[in-house]
Amino acid sequence: MSGPATRLILAGTERTPFRRELAPAAWAELPGALRQEPELELLALWAEIGAVHAAFRPAGGGPLLLASVAAEGSYPALSPARPVAAWFERAVADLWGLRAEGGVDGRPWLDHGRWGFVAPLSGRPVAQSAEPPQPDFLPAEGEGVHQIPVGPIHAGVIEPGHFRFHVQGETIVRLEARLGYAHKGTLGLMRGKSPRSAARLAARLSGDSTVAHAWAFARAAEMAAGVAVPPRAILLRGLMAELERIANHLNDWGFLCNDAAFAWPHARCGALREVMLRANDAAFGHRLLMDRVVPGGVSIDIAPSGVAAIREALALVAAEMPALRRVTEDHASLQDRLAGTGVLRPDWAALFAAGGFVGRASGRDFDARRDLPYAPYDTLPFTVPVLQAGDVEARLTIRVEELAQSLALAAALLERLEPGDTLAPLPVQGGEGLGVVEGFRGEVLCWMALGEDGLIRDAFVRDPSWLQWPLLEVAVEGNIVADFPLCNKSFNCSYSGVDL
Amino acid sequence: MLWPSLTRNLFRRPLTEPAAPPLPATVAALAERLEAAAQTRLGRSLAIRHVDSGSCNGCELEVNALSGVVYDLERFGLRFVASPRHADLLLVTGPACHNMTEAVQRAFLCTPDPKWVVAVGDCALDGGVFRDSYAVAGGVDRVLPVDLVIPGCPPSPAMLLEGLLSLLEVQEEAREDKAPGD
Repeated sequence: MSGPATRLILAGTERTPFRRELAPAAWAELPGALRQEPELELLALWAEIGAVHAAFRPAGGGPLLLASVAAEGSYPALSPARPVAAWFERAVADLWGLRAEGGVDGRPWLDHGRWGFVAPLSGRPVAQSAEPPQPDFLPAEGEGVHQIPVGPIHAGVIEPGHFRFHVQGETIVRLEARLGYAHKGTLGLMRGKSPRSAARLAARLSGDSTVAHAWAFARAAEMAAGVAVPPRAILLRGLMAELERIANHLNDWGFLCNDAAFAWPHARCGALREVMLRANDAAFGHRLLMDRVVPGGVSIDIAPSGVAAIREALALVAAEMPALRRVTEDHASLQDRLAGTGVLRPDWAALFAAGGFVGRASGRDFDARRDLPYAPYDTLPFTVPVLQAGDVEARLTIRVEELAQSLALAAALLERLEPGDTLAPLPVQGGEGLGVVEGFRGEVLCWMALGEDGLIRDAFVRDPSWLQWPLLEVAVEGNIVADFPLCNKSFNCSYSGVDL
Repeated sequence: MLWPSLTRNLFRRPLTEPAAPPLPATVAALAERLEAAAQTRLGRSLAIRHVDSGSCNGCELEVNALSGVVYDLERFGLRFVASPRHADLLLVTGPACHNMTEAVQRAFLCTPDPKWVVAVGDCALDGGVFRDSYAVAGGVDRVLPVDLVIPGCPPSPAMLLEGLLSLLEVQEEAREDKAPGD
């Protein structure tokens, strides 16, 4: 049974099998219909010149559904019905110059007033030479409430962003993340490039998720150009995605312990991560596997000695995992910091459709590898861990469980490798594609429209962090300031991934 | 329990690996950039403040690896500090994003003299794949005076280490030059 919002979208004009175009009057009814169908998840909202698009995940599962509306100047906002839309609507206003009418938050975000013009992707950017404005933060009132500004340059070796804390004593009353500092104009650079050439930009949207982003981008390009990827390339992509997940989960595991001042797991996880990165280098010629997944397949086949190198690395990690787990779980002083800290309630995770360990630690049982199945995962056995507690400990436990799953998946993918082609040519043709790939943070989504010349007319890449940053703001409420690094690391949202 | 692992480690060789020596040409070029007086004042120990000027986070992953047991940056007297006010060296990653220009330049002004600026990665070198963007000024040298560039996308920890050690080498040479009658 589909609800009123799904019916409203399906009644639109079919532009592609996955996208319906709604008349402005129908889109205006969407917020009301969405309120009556809370289980229809909003995963992304973006624009191109003259139109706004939104991606939904139907309640009963099944492929994503895109809704579009023609827009000049403004369009009816979805944020009153889906608060997760607010960040997207602010980005659409900053980049495409389209205002969300009735939106819950009209403040600029990616645009800090420093580009020399406004609405860079609108097709007619307007010059602007005024002084960059001071940002407005949401207020918090009460006796003794004061503010702590942090960033954009942080104390650690991490990405730039500003956190504005309102605190009362030691307790966080409100946190607001103000991002956009790493805005590189990635979407604008993709326009007019061939998918092969723009893949280098997708691979650098978020360096730790380079495989996931490059793969989602490649899937969108392949759907748009109607290309079938060689089976060996699909297996190698799966292998690289799991290697990326292993390295990142190891990294987060170590850093979470480090943020609780427990240095030993940090040292061990760091050493194991280095083992994995060197195996990546031996097998594919790049430690982070950048530019290895490209539209049409993979740019490089696994080195003959790479199979053994990866097997050896996987075995080393697997051998040390039980001891690392015991140490993490047995130390009361560590558990004291992790358990009950930064709780994200399941209803919030569901409302924001949070993916990855953030969603799965708060009861949202979704993994794109299983629920939006794609090769090679459609034929591989694996389980998706889900917990309800929603605290820092739960987010760490999900990572550790996934790490074990990924070790087995990577080994299974190596077993299945058969000789064959690794790259198919991309024909020059127009089309539209959508790619979803489960990265280590959650599902990565990419939409792409190719012109008849085979070049990118417009593209949008949505990192999972879009849906997770607002939830971090919620999860830290009522926690002490000293626990913020732990909470932040347990979410590990990407800055560059949302700054675009 | 932790103690069995710790006990085993007493008898194991350390995981830390020896570092490759820096290139003499790099050291010579750096020596030209810094006055002898400044060289001796910096001494054979450098405090590093990392500044992300808008990178994709790839460089941060490799810079972080430097602090781990395998590369163990601190054995050379190099360490990361939390504030530019405590730093001798700004390690800047990413292209010069317009949205970061003010913060990057303020960090530089907060860093006491004498100081080095090291640009890390292809983006910091010339903007990399983002160099033609409306949101990017180009490489880090567009907003700061850069002393040393460590290219790569991202540069490996071994390359980063080699670059940073060349900075120490300059200071060591300066001290040797001065030592006899000093």
